[in-house]
Amino acid sequence: MKVIVKLFAGARELAGAEEVSVELTAGATVGQLREQLIANYAQLRPLVGHAMFAIGAVYCDDSVEVSEQAEIACIPPVSGG
Amino acid sequence: MIEITKSPIDTVKLLEQVQSSEAGATVLFVGATRRVTEGRETVRLHYEAYETMATAELQRLEQAARRRWPLEQCAISHRLGTVPVGEASVAIAVSSAHRDAAFEAGRWLIDTLKQSVPIWKQEQWADGSSEWVHPTPSPGKK
Repeated sequence: MKVIVKLFAGARELAGAEEVSVELTAGATVGQLREQLIANYAQLRPLVGHAMFAIGAVYCDDSVEVSEQAEIACIPPVSGG
Repeated sequence: MIEITKSPIDTVKLLEQVQSSEAGATVLFVGATRRVTEGRETVRLHYEAYETMATAELQRLEQAARRRWPLEQCAISHRLGTVPVGEASVAIAVSSAHRDAAFEAGRWLIDTLKQSVPIWKQEQWADGSSEWVHPTPSPGKK
């Protein structure tokens, strides 16, 4: 399956895109998405290693299954305030 | 009351929003762009958000604070886009019957906002360079 991942701030700049598409096997988890994202975009390794992921705008951990329909976002360490 | 805005933050309006005849205490926290960070001069900060999620997370924080402390009112405003030195990027106003709850909730809200709400700042330095701020997960000053 192919999922679209939103990128922000430094991750967006390193990838040169607001979103990227990643090919995953059906039933893949957020952890597998993280690994595949780093495999496809080596320049993202320093940020994506520490990033959180959100599915449907809710934080989720690496064991959660990725769904093709939901909005998926990579959230590099935040710095609001 | 949650607001994410590209306009300057109106702290007077924020205080009006938490006004309550039941409140004996109101605390306002304002976070602003600081000129010097570790010896380097900042000209401005630029803020970006994952807006739909940032709004949802701020609402979740407000609800969590209201469960934890007996608050009368709570209002949070975060600015996006360019924030020049000296201007506010975030403001949090909390009112409660007694001051302890307002101080504690205000402190918890800004600390937790900085850890969990998907908003990022980019330093734009006086030397013309810029960098996104992505704190590494080790404890330290920010």
